[in-house]
Amino acid sequence: MATNYELEKRKYVLGGVAIAIVLVYLLRLFSLQMLSEDFKRNADSNAFLKRIQYPARGAISDRHGKLLVYNQPAYDIMVVMNEQVGVDTLDLCESLSITPEWYARRMEEIKDRRRNPGYSAYTQQLFMAQLSTEEFSRFREKLFRFSGFYVQKRSIRQYQYPYAAHILGDVGEVGPEDVKRDDYYQGGDYIGKLGVERSYETQLRGVKGSEILLRDARGRIKGRYKDGEFDQAPVPGKNLTLGIDLDLQALGERLMSGKLGSIVAIEPKTGEVLCMVSNPTYDPRLMVGRQRGKNFNILGRDPHKPLLNRAIMGQYPPGSTFKTSQALTFLQEGVITPATSYPCSHGFHFGHLTVGCHGHGSPLPLVPAIATSCNGYFCWGLYHMLGNRQKYPTVQDAMTRWKDFMVSMGFGYALGIDLPGEKRGMIPNAAFYDKAYRGSWNGLTIISISIGQGEVNLTPLQIANLGATIANRGYFITPHVVKAIEGEPLDTLYTKPRYTMTDRRWYEVVAEGMRAAVTGGTCRLANNSQYEVCGKTGTAQNPHGQDHSVFMGFAPKDDPQIAICVYVENGGWGATFGVPIGALMMEQYINGTLSPASEARASELENRHLYKPFVYAEPDSKQ
Amino acid sequence: MPNQIQNNRQPGLLRSVDWLTILIYVVLMGLGWLSVCGASYDFGQPLDFFDFSTRAGMQVVWIGSSLVIALILLSIDDRFMEWLSYFIYLLFIIVLIATPFFARDIKGSLSWIKIGAFSIQPAEFAKFATALCVAKVMSSNGFNVGRWRDFVIAAAVIVVPMLLIVLQKETGSALVYLSFFLMFYREGMPGCLLFAAVSAVVYFVVGVRFAEVPLSGVPTAHLGPFLVLLLIQAFTAFLLWRYTERRSVFRGVLAGGVGTTLVAYLFSRYVIPFDIVWVQLSACIIIILTLLYLALRDRLMSYLYVALFALGSLGVHYSADYAMNHIFEDHQRKRIQVLLGLLDDPQGKGYNVNQAKIAIGSGGLRGKGFLNGTQTKLKYVPEQDTDFIFCTVGEEEGFLGCAVVLFLFLALILRLIHLSERQPFAFGRIYGYCVLSIFLFHVFINVGMVLGLTPVIGIPLPFFSYGGSSLWGFTILLFIFLRIDAARNRMQR
Repeated sequence: MATNYELEKRKYVLGGVAIAIVLVYLLRLFSLQMLSEDFKRNADSNAFLKRIQYPARGAISDRHGKLLVYNQPAYDIMVVMNEQVGVDTLDLCESLSITPEWYARRMEEIKDRRRNPGYSAYTQQLFMAQLSTEEFSRFREKLFRFSGFYVQKRSIRQYQYPYAAHILGDVGEVGPEDVKRDDYYQGGDYIGKLGVERSYETQLRGVKGSEILLRDARGRIKGRYKDGEFDQAPVPGKNLTLGIDLDLQALGERLMSGKLGSIVAIEPKTGEVLCMVSNPTYDPRLMVGRQRGKNFNILGRDPHKPLLNRAIMGQYPPGSTFKTSQALTFLQEGVITPATSYPCSHGFHFGHLTVGCHGHGSPLPLVPAIATSCNGYFCWGLYHMLGNRQKYPTVQDAMTRWKDFMVSMGFGYALGIDLPGEKRGMIPNAAFYDKAYRGSWNGLTIISISIGQGEVNLTPLQIANLGATIANRGYFITPHVVKAIEGEPLDTLYTKPRYTMTDRRWYEVVAEGMRAAVTGGTCRLANNSQYEVCGKTGTAQNPHGQDHSVFMGFAPKDDPQIAICVYVENGGWGATFGVPIGALMMEQYINGTLSPASEARASELENRHLYKPFVYAEPDSKQ
Repeated sequence: MPNQIQNNRQPGLLRSVDWLTILIYVVLMGLGWLSVCGASYDFGQPLDFFDFSTRAGMQVVWIGSSLVIALILLSIDDRFMEWLSYFIYLLFIIVLIATPFFARDIKGSLSWIKIGAFSIQPAEFAKFATALCVAKVMSSNGFNVGRWRDFVIAAAVIVVPMLLIVLQKETGSALVYLSFFLMFYREGMPGCLLFAAVSAVVYFVVGVRFAEVPLSGVPTAHLGPFLVLLLIQAFTAFLLWRYTERRSVFRGVLAGGVGTTLVAYLFSRYVIPFDIVWVQLSACIIIILTLLYLALRDRLMSYLYVALFALGSLGVHYSADYAMNHIFEDHQRKRIQVLLGLLDDPQGKGYNVNQAKIAIGSGGLRGKGFLNGTQTKLKYVPEQDTDFIFCTVGEEEGFLGCAVVLFLFLALILRLIHLSERQPFAFGRIYGYCVLSIFLFHVFINVGMVLGLTPVIGIPLPFFSYGGSSLWGFTILLFIFLRIDAARNRMQR
């Protein structure tokens, strides 16, 4: 190429660019390092003291603005190892009410890099956490004698009410893995451990600020570096408003006392969780301050697992509440019409297979079948769907179609609620049965899934969400406990409707069936003269003893305000516990209060206990 | 026979390999290791830099393995890489496509793959693959970067991995690929294209950066548009000076544009305040119309091109303005503003830069001495042993240390220019320019970021930043070139 020699000159341009960059950077370095008097004067390695300023953690309130969680001052004692020489240890221990042995052990712990990865002898390390104002006041008087010891003002969480522990969660000291995962944290920081405190950690915590102080050669603070030009004010955490109605939550916890299980209520229009009870529960105030570790261990030892949030972590057979989802699937797939009747003579009989049922008229169309919770009807439905070779080439295809319907209703996968640890439940698919039965299975083999038994498992949240979906006639908004974050929109996950695969008109039919169950079927106890309740009971058989008592419902029928699931482990018939508890909860939410008659029923339910609470005083090593 | 060839080659290699570059490479890596020691060392810790549980210890492993890689690369046939270049490129494209699916989310980035106990960042290795491929494409017969079709093909080779890396949410690493345009420039891409691209970036950055800053003394106008329009006039004048003959037109534009602006500024400041941007805009339009008239009258394309440049400049400025205010979503706008230092983001990028400046500033002339830096050790500077490693140099080794390091990098780049220019074949030259462009870009952005001069883009400082992937990546990049260079005489024969 002839132009080659011309282009070769461009090497000077590129070389010139490189030289220019280096020269500019050298000039900049020169001005930073040589000309700036401040930087030079402070070149002494002890000149700067960076003090972290902790932001106030966001407060949490319920849907009506009742303050649930707020902050209270507490004091952390910090120590800088290479400054704490010649301290009178005994005096220190006395003023902090600790033993010298504890002191020695704590000092070793701080220096142990495996347990305290952020350790440095030059920076402040946490010595003792969360002293109350009274505890701290004695120490403060003598603080000047203990060189190397500092006080860091912090705030600890305070809970206004003893309710909603599973939703609110708590905060605790960060673990080593938190520090490794996220640069933001240093040893001794606090982080949300459970519940909303954990899932909204980044919003609640705010942003730490820092001030850079100047010290003289003896470590005395001389003022702020450059009048605070490089300081960063802490950004306070954002306040959260929950969808929880505290009165409803309190009533739910009261009604569930002495029973294992869960209540979840959802506002269908918004997907906001109105209450989420999981019993046994605990007082969130146990998880505050220095007692947290001890109490956490005690709760962890309880065989009834109070730390488990059964509403989202308990995976149960949904029992007959599941029949609504089956009706919706069969209607949409054309397996049945609302007029289709199936016979039921005390159950479903096919060859040697029998699924029992209770006494009611036969044959039945769909609405009364839902109202009386007929097992035979839904067994026939599933049998016809899985056996329809015109529509589905193989039973596997039919099963896959069925599974897609279930997944569209929010089953089989975690719904995505804004709480940590949600379980996905279990919706079997064709591959699952191929494996379990080595490919040889049909509708009859797995008939019990049509009535919510067998392999099907749902969380109470998923059942409540099914209620909300029927209330909305065909869609739901992913349930969420946080209604609003200060100065920040909600994740679109919690605002966008998710439609199921079934049309609205079929939902109307199922809602009709649930209405009939209340007016003249299994849920008669839930009937209320002031508004139209729709409901469905469930009596879920399980291998661990008595049947579980389940209720799923919503009210009012048109313009629903609340959808609910009550799940009482080993509670017997759905009508025994599920229906009355559900009825009281709906009344509380819709009317804002309970009538005297209902109040009496509430007291009666409250005192019917199904298990013996764990006694903390005598730890049982056999359990 | 084969034996003889091999015997002949070994001493030839030792004589012909460029020892000066290797010396600079080894010295930089050694200084880098000292800096990692300084940055990861903590007061009160026992002094054992070969303890492999520490970063300093691990860096020894990375350096050792890099030297082994360098030896292997020097010992294989010099044409081997050229033969394999398409294959290597394709392989890395596939790896880049696959990466997000296997990657573990590390602070939002999906670019790290875990293999056993180590994490590897394929994006670091894709650089040499891309360099090889683009060198191969551009050295093929009849390739001319000045022709549109050829240019688009070569650019595509670069843009594809770039986009894949953007998908891994590693925008910083992706931006490195822009450095290939320096090589394009050397290979004959019209200089005005590079000039236009750089101008567009300058307009955008200046326009957005100073959009809200009021012009001093003139409350009605903002600094951003004022500066951009002034720059447009100045750049237009420069192009006229460079590409056209008649000095009168150049002088006219300079006087008409810059002069009018100055007069308007003084008038607005001292007599009646008004938004002088309108005066500037009118001046620009008059300049453009005049140039178009000249182009038609004298039948000179140069005027047309300069007029188009000025028109395009206005377009870039106003569309950037429009995009910032109307098209971008809130969070995208925020990210750009954070990048330009307008906002401190919640993760505190602005905080990092402030801390970095304090750390460097406290170093003074000679620094505080090895392992005595306090700012970089007490967790004041985040990423102190990776992206912000230059802080440690600044604090512990002072101005003199920084100058040594910068001069070493400059020497490396100038040496690589020299080596590239002496290549007998286009392939070697183009590859060499790719290598030096990548080094230049990394040093420019990384050091500039620490000094608060360039946006905070998280890319490593070659041979200094802690990490195996980047060290291996840079070593491979460099030593493939040294191997090609070592064979230059044999190839001539």
